Amino acid sequence: MESLLNIGIVRWFDNRLPLLSYTQHHMMDYPAPRNLNYAWNFGSLAGLALVIQIVTGIVLAMHYTPHTEMAFDSVERIMRDVNYGWLIRYIHSNGASFFFIVVYLHVFRGLYYGSYKAPREVLWWIGLVILLCMMGTAFMGYVLPWGQMSFWGATVITNLFSAIPLIGTPIVEWLWGGFSVDNPTLNRFYALHYLLPFVIVGLVVLHLWALHHKKSNNPLGIDYKGPQDFIPFHPYYTIKDAFGVGVFLIVFAAFLFYAPNYMGHPDNYIPADPLKTPAHIVPEWYFLPFYAILRAIPDKLGGVIAMGLSIGILFLLPWLDTSRVRSATFRPVFKWFYLLMLIDMGILGYVGSQPAEGDWIWIGQLATAYYFIHFLVLLPLIGWFERPRPLPDSIAKPVLAAGPVPGVGAAHDKA
Amino acid sequence: MMKRFMPAILALSFALPASALAAGDQAHPESRNWSWNGIFGTYDRAQLQRGLEIFTGQCINCHGLKFIHFRDLIQIGLSEDQAEALAEQFEVAGDPDEWGDPTTRPAKLFDRFPDPYRNEEEARALNNGAVPPDLSLMAKARPDGSNYIASLLSDAEYNEGNPTDDGLYHNAYFPGGLIAMAPPLYEGLGVNADGSDASIDEMSDDIAAFLTWTAEPRLEDRKGMGLKVILFLLVLTGLLYVSKRKIWANV
Amino acid sequence: MAEHTIGAHEETRRDFLYVATGAVAAVGAACAVWPLIDQMNPSADVLAISSTEVDLGPVEVGQQITVKWRGKPLFVRHRTEADIEEARAVPLEDLKDPQTDAERVEKPEWLVMVGVCTHLGCVPLADQGDFNGWFCPCHGSHYDTSGRIRRGPAPENLTVPGYAFTDDTTIVVG
Repeated sequence: MESLLNIGIVRWFDNRLPLLSYTQHHMMDYPAPRNLNYAWNFGSLAGLALVIQIVTGIVLAMHYTPHTEMAFDSVERIMRDVNYGWLIRYIHSNGASFFFIVVYLHVFRGLYYGSYKAPREVLWWIGLVILLCMMGTAFMGYVLPWGQMSFWGATVITNLFSAIPLIGTPIVEWLWGGFSVDNPTLNRFYALHYLLPFVIVGLVVLHLWALHHKKSNNPLGIDYKGPQDFIPFHPYYTIKDAFGVGVFLIVFAAFLFYAPNYMGHPDNYIPADPLKTPAHIVPEWYFLPFYAILRAIPDKLGGVIAMGLSIGILFLLPWLDTSRVRSATFRPVFKWFYLLMLIDMGILGYVGSQPAEGDWIWIGQLATAYYFIHFLVLLPLIGWFERPRPLPDSIAKPVLAAGPVPGVGAAHDKA
Repeated sequence: MMKRFMPAILALSFALPASALAAGDQAHPESRNWSWNGIFGTYDRAQLQRGLEIFTGQCINCHGLKFIHFRDLIQIGLSEDQAEALAEQFEVAGDPDEWGDPTTRPAKLFDRFPDPYRNEEEARALNNGAVPPDLSLMAKARPDGSNYIASLLSDAEYNEGNPTDDGLYHNAYFPGGLIAMAPPLYEGLGVNADGSDASIDEMSDDIAAFLTWTAEPRLEDRKGMGLKVILFLLVLTGLLYVSKRKIWANV
Repeated sequence: MAEHTIGAHEETRRDFLYVATGAVAAVGAACAVWPLIDQMNPSADVLAISSTEVDLGPVEVGQQITVKWRGKPLFVRHRTEADIEEARAVPLEDLKDPQTDAERVEKPEWLVMVGVCTHLGCVPLADQGDFNGWFCPCHGSHYDTSGRIRRGPAPENLTVPGYAFTDDTTIVVG
């Protein structure tokens, strides 16, 4: 990279628009903590998933028709007649699920290692806004094939807004562009589904900006002391991320080629019928925990508020978690409650997939209650009462103890 | 101590899905040994053609197959002439004549299977209120679709049963347990590969295979490509891992 | 000295590994791009209706019909004896895109051509222009009774598609 700058014209260009210097600075020289583990791979994987979704999405848009009479047929035409259409469509539909998988793992990594704490609160917020945009994009994208689940999912989710007192119904009719989910709804969802991913790209740039401004958190969760704590991003983390990409693609390909409909719902291969609701409607798996929270509250407005708050409270997480120690590695009590929270979310997800009847109702309510108790009550208390284990002096030290360390400069020369 | 409980735990774990079933009103489809199962699975062309034969002999009277064009049948081993000959047996809408009146013409390779009814109202009126669904995607539109179709059609009680007073038939595999369709298969309708009369079980399998193909015609492309892609990715990921080890060796 | 040699070997081996990894990744990326390009090529349903059957029965001598083929106009002209004579009489050296009339027809009385001007894609008008054939109003190209370019900016004769007579009065185009 740097050698390119020795070429006259490249230097001339870079002097006027420092594209090359920026790339060099942010993607190669960027000082990354030397001790990042594989849990730190999910950020780059989420970026890859976003790119895959945008590329395949643009291609699908070349063949898809956003009209209630033709949407379903146009998707089937993609699956049957368009060259490699089946491949591109399955990549896009499975890609959505895998995007959520890596983003959720990315979030859980942040929750475990306290990446949301000072000075990275804004970084955390932007991440949450990205998650919300992803949810909106995924929801509207799922409507486009115009199958039964598309239609009834759209109906149920847009009806959430009718819970708002007084202006609820006008808002829902405004969203629909009519008196039910219909062609105007499909058209605007298509337009927004195409727009939002680019909003996400913008947010990702901000996310990375905030990250590079305050530097990455690390598994020890301690602040950096000096240059000996860092290694240059390239080649160390480029190759580590590339290896992660390989593993990710293998798992992705296994689903894509051998179980492409595993994460979908059979009902979405039935064309939308506004006169008949499927016996058991469920959202896509990545919404299930939130869906369970929605149903846990036996009140329309209450359910919607609870669901909104379940993500809303995460914005306050940097202050709800009162512990000054970031990494769960040094928090003996938090660690167990972190595990409990994971189990609780798993239960919520499972309850969300089950019909709202029998024992599932109280199990869902209990799990919902625990979710809020975890963040609103337990986290502040644990921070006050827990006695964290002693923190290491620096990132470099435990590594140094393990063996001789070559200079950061030496690695740099290689690059 | 644990040993004493083991049988109970085992019994419970088996009983759980069973009781979940009892709560529902639909039997779980029986798993069949399909030729397209597994990583190397492919369709059995002869079986698909037998299924097509039964489909055009019986099912087509009430069910549409609108996502299949006659040209698609070449994929399951029909010659172009055979597909054309089959297409010509169907009438589809043609261009308006010189007076602007609608016309019909024999179907061609690029036409789809025409719907058996002009519209949903006619379908409803002629079928005791139940609209026979289009079958192109049926194998993907039901959980465990291929097994579901085969199980539903071959259900012994269904095939022997008489209709209820409402003109419905008992079928354990159909949601709700009562289906409006009279048992469609009978001995003598289809033949096996060796020319002998097919049993209802065998015909059910052939139909289910054919409808799996109509729902997922690109299955063989998909599995074939998957194998190559995954093998490639394993090599690439292996190389990336070794490179990573080398680069990180001195950190 | 010996140590130095081993180091160099090690270096070469490592570089080879990186180059090999990069090459494999590049091949993979190239393969992944192909479906994204190929999806824009005509799809199976488009290819399936790319042949059209035309019934010549009702077309009188001297008359021309226009049918749609692959989304474009197809001119089918039942030529008069005079048309044919005129087309045959033209010396090849007068032509910008030399082609005999016989090369452009299956049967002399039937002229089948794609009705798209070879200049920039407009549809030429029949029985107009200085050569009793076609005239393109967009930029003034003149075609003769065999559809050959005679004057104006068009570089080539009107395209004759592949077609075959299935019987005396029916052709299949494409």
